[in-house]
Amino acid sequence: MNTMTIQDNKTLLDVRNLSIAIRSRKGSARVVDDVSFSVCKGETLGVVGESGCGKSITMLGLTGLLPNAASIASGSVDFEGHDLARMEEKELRNIRGGRIGFIFQDPMTSLNPVMTLGAQLAEPMMQHRGVSREVAYREAAKLLTMVGVSGGESRLSQYPHQLSGGMRQRVMIAMSIICQPSLLIADEPTTALDVTVQRQVAQLIKSLSVKLGLSVIWISHDLALVSQIAERIVVLYAGKIVEQGPVEDMYLRPRHPYTKALLASLPSVADHRAGRRLPAIKGALPDPRNRPPGCPFAPRCPDQIERCWQAMPEMTRFEKGHDAACFVAELKESAQ
Amino acid sequence: MTAVAAPLIEVSGLTKHYKVRTGRFGRGEAVVHALDDVSFDVLKGETLSVVGESGSGKSTLGLTLLQLRRATSGTVVFNGQNLGEVSDRALAPIRQRLQIVFQDPFSTLHPRMTVGEAIALPIRFHRLVEPSKVRERVLAILDDVGLPRRYENHYPHEMSGGQCQRVAIGRALACEPEFIVCDEAISALDVSVQAQIVNLLVDLQEKLGLTYLFIAHDISVVRHISNRVAVMYLGHMVELGPVDGVCERPLHPYTQALLSAVPRLGERFTGEEPIAGGEIPSPTAPPSGCRFHTRCPFATDRCTVELPVLREVKVGHRAACHYAERFL
Repeated sequence: MNTMTIQDNKTLLDVRNLSIAIRSRKGSARVVDDVSFSVCKGETLGVVGESGCGKSITMLGLTGLLPNAASIASGSVDFEGHDLARMEEKELRNIRGGRIGFIFQDPMTSLNPVMTLGAQLAEPMMQHRGVSREVAYREAAKLLTMVGVSGGESRLSQYPHQLSGGMRQRVMIAMSIICQPSLLIADEPTTALDVTVQRQVAQLIKSLSVKLGLSVIWISHDLALVSQIAERIVVLYAGKIVEQGPVEDMYLRPRHPYTKALLASLPSVADHRAGRRLPAIKGALPDPRNRPPGCPFAPRCPDQIERCWQAMPEMTRFEKGHDAACFVAELKESAQ
Repeated sequence: MTAVAAPLIEVSGLTKHYKVRTGRFGRGEAVVHALDDVSFDVLKGETLSVVGESGSGKSTLGLTLLQLRRATSGTVVFNGQNLGEVSDRALAPIRQRLQIVFQDPFSTLHPRMTVGEAIALPIRFHRLVEPSKVRERVLAILDDVGLPRRYENHYPHEMSGGQCQRVAIGRALACEPEFIVCDEAISALDVSVQAQIVNLLVDLQEKLGLTYLFIAHDISVVRHISNRVAVMYLGHMVELGPVDGVCERPLHPYTQALLSAVPRLGERFTGEEPIAGGEIPSPTAPPSGCRFHTRCPFATDRCTVELPVLREVKVGHRAACHYAERFL
């Protein structure tokens, strides 16, 4: 059975068959290949994958932030009744920063080093909401307190370099929710942070999502981290979604061998497995310009059969809301 | 772990302060206490891991150990020799036995040198084999680190991060070292590749009898490969003990905080739990007394004035906390 999420009034973002291609001298590469997923209102979706799997470029593609060499080859991005894939740059500008907030990995490169925090926070408020400078500054101070930057008002005259990494990321979060967006896209927001601060930031984003009814797309390479805050998880491999489903299903009953391998290779402080070797996934990601014709994971897959090398498996539903693209998982399921 | 292993490296009172310019136009001056009075032994054949957050001094520890940075005070004794007293020139032959692998393999490999040249360089420099045998040795090292021999002629940009890291490890092995510092050697790699490199390091250790100082910020990786773990906080070593003891029964509140912050499958945030505060303070103005007292849930007045020393609380398990017995 092919899967299609039913379009209902609870769906905020619906991405259908999105493909993104990058042109280079060595030829064109489809870095995102026929990706479909949706986000409901108030839901947190975790997007998991290793570097180069296309998770960041998918998010850039949603909002027209693709680099020059890349473009949307096909597909639609339905967000609050608009197709973002076909929208003019001018209109997109109002959506970005307005209806969709962004948080990136490195807060130092996302903040303007020569502008005070107050000016950086007030500007979008004046731009998108047309409020006066005073009102904007007062709200900026309130926002900083809300995201846990102590001494709200006195911080407004500070510059980014005067803050620690964790504090900078909190400022970025404050900035992303200024215009009361309905969707927040967080691209590896804690990767540059220490583990104790990472936990604080994850908890902060979760609490904001609950408090403000905000939908969140959290991109990460860390399945354990994502499982703490997401309701549903999408696993990407080599530009394709290989599995998606509710968070508990994903780590209790993973169907795709790649998801299984990712889970197995997670080192754990809690259980000390026998031996000192970690279960590794052999090999590396395939070159996006030269992908094998069948399943992109076949060359590294412990379960692969002949069919995997010939055709790409379709997404198949296994349980309610839990889909995977794997021939072997299908065979196992029908054998039961 | 048996207690019979002899120390390979003895570190005592190791201190490293950096002077930095501060204030407008750098008129002011401040001292960064990167490493403060750190003492420990590295035992022959063991993997000693050093964990801590950024600014804890763990990288400085690795660098000063190898004399890539000279210590402000304290000693590092290797094979009965105090390395701090050895001149840079005289260090070269000693360095053959003390190697390091860094975090980012792209920036540690020369972009215009092939893999073969990069690995051959230390072999030639230290004259480890006859010139006619160098290539044979390079190919043997490629086998050791699990790279196909044809990679001999590859450049770093033609390889993935994991493959480059294998080359960096191969280059360290080319020196036939006894001791390797792995400074966040797997942190930049993807999880699936991390496991490959960890397994490679374990295999090489068993085959060649290497000793590792494994520096990492991620305590969960450390769990699998170390014999002992040291935890650093703001330039101080706050805990040192066998890996199971430290991970299962940590005796320092900071280690406890570090362990409980590791993301776990099955743990869910609801958005309502209180968010723990606190970040590592600036190493230019470390707190008085116990460095951790500003974030410690158990801190008392004593902690704000009296610096706890790293002392043996359990056999082979040391902690720098006035109240460590409470956590036994």
